[in-house]
This record gives sequence, structure tokens and C-alpha cells, in this order.
Amino acid sequence: MTFNPYRPFPARITCIRPETDCEFTITVEATASMTPGQFFQVSLPRVGEAPISISDFGDDWIQFTVRAVGKLTNALHELCTGENLFIRGPYGNGFPMDVLEGSNLVVAAGGSGVAPVRPLIRRAMDGRLPVRSLKVLAGFKSKEGLLFSDELEECQRCGHATVTIDRPQDGWCGSTGLITEHIRALELEDPSDVQFVIVGPPVMMKYSVAEALKLGVPADRIWVSFERLMSCGLGKCGHCKIDSTYICLDGPVFNYSRAAGLID
Amino acid sequence: MSSYEFTREEFSRVFDGLRARCSLYGPKRFPGRGRFTNTDLVKYAQLNGLEELELEEKSYMSPKSLAFPADETLFYFTGQEFAEAPQDGEGEIVVFLRPCDINGFRRLDAMFLENGGTRDPYYQRRRERLRFFMIECTESFDNCFCVSMKSNTADDYSAALRFSGDSVLVEVKDDEFEGVFSAGRPSGFKPEFVRENRKRVDVPDVDEMPPEMFAHPMWDEYDQRCIACGRCNTSCVTCTCFSTRDLFYSDSRLSGERRRVWDGCHLDGFTEMAGGASYREKKGERMRFKTFHKIYDFRKRFGYDMCVGCGRCDDVCPEYISFAECINKVSATLKEVEGR
Repeated sequence: MTFNPYRPFPARITCIRPETDCEFTITVEATASMTPGQFFQVSLPRVGEAPISISDFGDDWIQFTVRAVGKLTNALHELCTGENLFIRGPYGNGFPMDVLEGSNLVVAAGGSGVAPVRPLIRRAMDGRLPVRSLKVLAGFKSKEGLLFSDELEECQRCGHATVTIDRPQDGWCGSTGLITEHIRALELEDPSDVQFVIVGPPVMMKYSVAEALKLGVPADRIWVSFERLMSCGLGKCGHCKIDSTYICLDGPVFNYSRAAGLID
Repeated sequence: MSSYEFTREEFSRVFDGLRARCSLYGPKRFPGRGRFTNTDLVKYAQLNGLEELELEEKSYMSPKSLAFPADETLFYFTGQEFAEAPQDGEGEIVVFLRPCDINGFRRLDAMFLENGGTRDPYYQRRRERLRFFMIECTESFDNCFCVSMKSNTADDYSAALRFSGDSVLVEVKDDEFEGVFSAGRPSGFKPEFVRENRKRVDVPDVDEMPPEMFAHPMWDEYDQRCIACGRCNTSCVTCTCFSTRDLFYSDSRLSGERRRVWDGCHLDGFTEMAGGASYREKKGERMRFKTFHKIYDFRKRFGYDMCVGCGRCDDVCPEYISFAECINKVSATLKEVEGR
């Protein structure tokens, strides 16, 4: 075979940072051209393969933030620095950086949904993605489930972020309540002049979008990202098809005006 | 293009000559191997003589496994090395099949060679070896509705054959097989196609399915009827979904394989995601998903329907669910919904 799109390449692990009890961020050495919101098919030989979104990247490194919840992700949890991860990609469209540039950017993310929007937030924070204003809402179930706490803290200090946990907890002095309540409380100068990115579990996305629409954010200024367990990333395996749309080819990021019509 | 006539005996010799230069596959009868007592199984298998070619009955499974096997190794692992699985065999494979299945391969090609702009190399290397010998099909089997699906005719074949009494008529389109048949008597044979099935379906003519159709109570009956066995998926010539599975050898844990295996939208676990979330838990939702793919949304992507009307899904369903009737129900319900 001259070209085999299923063949992954080895990527050496340079750092593993625990985020929570069961979540961790793996940094690997790899050079590839990509954009925030895209994903890779990550695998370990004899264990399996799964799509994992990029939680950040640079010229010669990529990060994946993984929750150990299945066969592959549990095995990833056992890896050590210096070992190899096998990856192929990037796949999918990613966030529309040209649209987001110069916008009043609002990012609402829940739980592990914070991982795919992290490259956006970091670029908006350090100016690589110039925006007029930035507002980040990050929601977690509990303080133990907090991802990227140092970065979100920094973001909070600059007045850009609200980090909330679902219910009050001992030792937590930050915001509480579901992310939807915080979306409702957003004071947007002109709701029709924002770009609103929403990523998280399906239920969170559904109700967050509803709140954003209620605020007066037009549907075509809302962006969501879908998750599916795909076997190929190439539009072949069928796992991510909804109607005539393939999440791996046409997504995972969708403008809500299109996503609204996608019925599983 | 030329046509020839043979007696069965003469053609049997031609068949053996062909067998000497390539593998021949076609529907073959396996006595006593059927699902019920004293029934036979007809499936695609290698043919060792003309008498093994089954012409009286539809095959239980489609010929798609010749290009897309139910279980296929993509890579062999030794430690961290990924070695591409070598091709299993070389040379041409002649497949004896009917027009609906030729049209089925057109749909497999669309998915594996066109969709997403990437050619699937494992499918491609098998597909390139296939040569189609079309069995003329002028009469329907049970549950066939190819005419309604516009897949009763086909022209993508190397040769077409009519088996009639003691005579075998052949039309040769592919020059590479001209020599094989040239000993026959010239004839003016042109294959005919079935123009009417006993079963007719009304394919909904709709560009965008109204949202009401997705949540419509018409799907509820399948919640009870369907048992998610996936036979409709596995028997379908156009179902292409798969999952990848890794395994290791029990006597050498450092060695193993990455395989892809058939999967199907009716099966449990097909939509499972990280942490156990999944979509389309109800069987009716799965039926809706499959039905719309076969007769509606595939068309939006490729311009023609996916279903070829071979009727195998209806032949094999242990719950006697009729896909043909489901299509009719979609059309009737759609008219109701649109008329409102």
C-alpha cells in the first residue's frame, strides 16, 4: 500500500500531568498542522483506538486530556514519560478561527468539554487569537473534577473567567450552580454581536444553547462541538453519521444553525 | 462487445478454463446448513464447477464480504511495530452476481472509495481484483423490490449470462475475457432485466425530511418487534459500518492485531461513547436511522438511494419485520405529515 490512512505514527510522551483523580494531560512530541477543535485517533497496539480532541498544541507538541473511563483510556493512564502513544490525524474541521478573530468571544464549557476549547482560551488570552473581549464559563461537577485549575485561575484573575461547580462544597469559595444559570446571568452588551462557543456533555450543550438563545444570541453565532466514538475519522466506519452529516468530516464543530437540525 | 451461445456441457468446459486462470465465486448451496431443520444455506463461496453455481435461490448473505470481509486484520503488532496485513491472495476473482448486487458494489465503492475524499486501501485492494459476471435476472425472488429502487438494471459487468434450459448465452463486455468465450457460437444475446417485482415500494420523494418524521409514533412498533440482532445489517449488500478491535495473542502478549469487524446501527453498543453515554437506545430509533440512511440521507450525499431492494433484510429478519413495508409506511406517514 502506498498510503494507508489507518496507520498511526508513534509520538513520544514528554510529560504526563494529572488533572484530577482520573483525568490527566499527556504531552507528546509531534509535528503536524492543526487547529483548535480538531481531534486525533489515539491508539495503543493490542489495546485499541479512540478519537481524542487536542487540548493544546505547539509547533512540535500536542496535548491530549484524557479521562480514564474505558479500555484504551485506562491503559493510557498507565503510561509513563518516554513511552510512545500512536496517533493519526488531525481530523475534523476545528473552530472557525477566522470567524472568532476580532469577536466578543464567549466560551461556555462543561467538564471534559473544557479540553477541546482550551487551545481557544489560551490563544485568546495571549493574543495569538486577537479578540475584542473574552468571557469564559467553565462548569464542573465538583471541585475534585476541576481541569486546568491553574490556567482557569489565571483567566479568572484577569476577569475573563467564571469557574463554577454544580453544588457548594467545603473548601470551595468560588462560584456554584449549573453553567446554565451563569449563562443566564451573563451581561452581554450586545448579544447579537458575540461568538458563543458551547462544548460539553450533550445535556449541558442542549440547555446551554437554549439559554444563549434566550439571551438573544443569534443561532448562527453559536458554535457547538459533538463527541462520537469513531473507528476511522475518515467517513467510512459510520459511527458518527447523523442524517447525511459525518461528524468526523463535517464537524466536530458545527454552527448551531446547522447542529439544530441534526437528529441522532 | 460480442455475444456467444453454448450448451451447458460446452459452457462447463469454458467455466473450468476460467477457473484455471482465476478464482470463481458465486452463490453456492450448502445442503442441510440452513437455519431450520432440513433446509439448505445458499451463500457466496468459491465455485469448483459450474454445477455448484446456485441459480434457483437468492443467497442468504450478499457478496459484499469479497471486498469487505466481516473480520479483517488491518495491522499485525510485534511490540510497538505496526505491520500492514498482507493481501490474502492475488489475481482476479470472477463473481457471479445479479444486477442488484452489482448496484450494491457501486454503493460500497461510494462509501469506501469516495466518502470523505479518502480511499480505503484495504477495500480498494480487494475490490480491484473483482470482475463481475452478471446473472441475468428477469424474475423476482421473494421480497425483491429492486425495480422500485431503480437497481434492477446494471451495466457495470465484464460478462452477462443467461442460463436457459440446456443453453448458456453470454454477452462479453470486457475484452480481457473475449478469448475465454470465443469458442462459442455467435449470438445476438443481450441481457434482459426484471421490469416488475411482486413487491413494490413507494420511495419517499423528499429533499429534507420534516423533523416530525424523526420522532413520529410510526417508529414505536419497532421498539417491541426489533431484537437488535443486526441480521438486516449483516445481510445487507450496502451496509458498510465497522468497528476496530485490537487483540493480543494469549501465548504472546506482545503480539497481536488490529482488526476491523462489521458493526451495525441496529446493534447494542454501536453508539456507545466514553463513559457509557449512547444514542438511539430505542430499537425504533435505530430502525428510523437505518431506514432514512437507505432511502433518504445517503441520496442527499451521493444523489441516489443506498438501498438496492435485494430484500435480504426481509428474508433474514427473525421477527418478520419488513423493510419494504417500512419504506411504504414512511411514504404514507410523510404524506400525512405534509398534508397537515
